[in-house]
Amino acid sequence: MDSNYGTYKLRTRHLNLFYSTKQALKDITINISPNTVTAFIGPSGCGKSTFLRCFNRMNDLIEGVTIDGEVLIDDVDIYKNMVDVHEYRKKVGMVFQKPNPFPKSIFENVAFGLRINGERSKTVLEESVEAALKQAALWEEVKDSLNKSALALSGGQQQRLCIARAIAVKPSVLLMDEPASALDPISTAKIEELIYQLKHSFTIVIVTHNMQQAARVSDKTAFFFMGELIEFDKTDKIFTNPSEDATQNYITGRFG
Amino acid sequence: MNKKRFFNPDIQDKVFKVFAICCTSLGLLTLVVLLIDITIKGIRRINWSFFFSLPSRHADESGIYTALAGMVSLLVITLLIALPIGILSGIYLQEYGKKNRFARLIEINISNLAGVPSVIYGILGLQLFVRTAGLGNSILSGALTLALLIMPIIIVSTREAVKAVPDSLREAAFGLGATKWQTIQRVVLPASFGGILTGIILSTSRAIGETAPLIVVGALAYVPFIPEGPMDQYTSLPIQVFNWTSRPQQGFVVNAAAGIIVLLLFTFILNGTAIYLRNKWYKKIAA
Ligand SMILES: Nc1ncnc2c1ncn2[C@@H]1O[C@H](COP(=O)(O)OP(=O)(O)OP(=O)(O)O)[C@@H](O)[C@H]1O
Ligand SMILES: [Mg+2]
Repeated sequence: MDSNYGTYKLRTRHLNLFYSTKQALKDITINISPNTVTAFIGPSGCGKSTFLRCFNRMNDLIEGVTIDGEVLIDDVDIYKNMVDVHEYRKKVGMVFQKPNPFPKSIFENVAFGLRINGERSKTVLEESVEAALKQAALWEEVKDSLNKSALALSGGQQQRLCIARAIAVKPSVLLMDEPASALDPISTAKIEELIYQLKHSFTIVIVTHNMQQAARVSDKTAFFFMGELIEFDKTDKIFTNPSEDATQNYITGRFG
Repeated sequence: MNKKRFFNPDIQDKVFKVFAICCTSLGLLTLVVLLIDITIKGIRRINWSFFFSLPSRHADESGIYTALAGMVSLLVITLLIALPIGILSGIYLQEYGKKNRFARLIEINISNLAGVPSVIYGILGLQLFVRTAGLGNSILSGALTLALLIMPIIIVSTREAVKAVPDSLREAAFGLGATKWQTIQRVVLPASFGGILTGIILSTSRAIGETAPLIVVGALAYVPFIPEGPMDQYTSLPIQVFNWTSRPQQGFVVNAAAGIIVLLLFTFILNGTAIYLRNKWYKKIAA
């Protein structure tokens, strides 16, 4: 048992990941505290999404992926000690780059996670859906049209719906892969505001290409380059006085 | 730089449009002429007694009772066999099967099977079901043969429909902790329902119209009774029509025309229902 026990929500230790023979992540060790927002930044193809997907084992779905090292949530190694990956994924919500609501009603989208958990009670479903939509700041806009198709919503609303869908099952971690990159500035601002609110209930990791966004929403920022974690520190520090030249070059736009 | 063209793109566009309209009209016109011809010939024969009479030597006493009963039983059993196997195979191949060379070989072969002339299926059915399995010329033999015939269509269209569901939806479901089967059952199948239904429509229409393989596996031309079980002998509407057209008396030609009208109505109603269901479904998911 090490001294960090119980302090961190998410951790990796010496994590390597290979797509067949190509190494995408190199010896990554990181510690993420609970109820914080952590931003992953770095040039395209540096492995941000790949790393993010390690935390809910979404990479398992891709053929030819091998992983060594440890990924821990609440100090449990999710690749070695996790019996049921489906149960585990329920504790870690994920929001994707492009809004991907199911072609179902707004209500059914949010209720999906509860239904696959076997929840049948109408009152429980209704209460949870309402709570999740409120938490995702979407309730006021959709409360009269819960039975309408989710596909009729705007892109920004769809993305907030996806957030509601993810938090409806009460995960403790929320992974977001460029959640606002397909949205207009107003929707983006709403999502950012939302992230700020959600931090009180969740540990949030967000991948972004938008430096201002990282600076605005995150407590800590991790800079990745070519599959390596170059620097991980307080967001203020990363953006004002980074320790590494590579980080400095990236955030000032000199490459990437 | 400005190359002179014989037609500017605008005119090209119009010419193509006119050409396409001509082709479509030609096809439709032929169909309309045929339909009118059949209707004029057969409509006076369509009345209750035509539906509820057994076949007879006298044209105007002859009806399609047994043929209809045979066709419906045949169709029901065929679909009972072909739908579950076809749809599940399609899902398996697309969602579970490994994508290797062997899988591609199977894929190509299934597509080829969909194009094999139907009489070949008849010969296969004759040997396999009628003789080897000893089912004789029963409805079951016919249904099994038709099931083989339409299964490739169902498999291919199910696969296509399932393939068309974007991976982002699967990821969303997995991300929420759904198992593979939950994802298929609650996301993939509902989202591909329209496409699968289209495949079912196509295959059902095909099964209704098939004559050649049924003749080979021994559907009878003259059946003076209603089939009571899957092991009974039977006839089917297309075969009845086929039989009537080969009679010299004018009265039977009228019967054949009337039979064709019924067959067409059957197909139209079936397709219409399915298209209605599909549109309703599209509306539901697309708001
Ligand atoms: N399914 C895959 N199979 C093989 N290689 C992959 C696969 N997915 C990603 N890679 C490779 O792994 C590396 C990291 O990809 P990843 O998607 O994690 O980058 P990223 O930092 O998220 O990039 P972006 O900012 O463009 O989203 C890239 O070189 C990419 O080509
Ligand atoms: Mg990415």
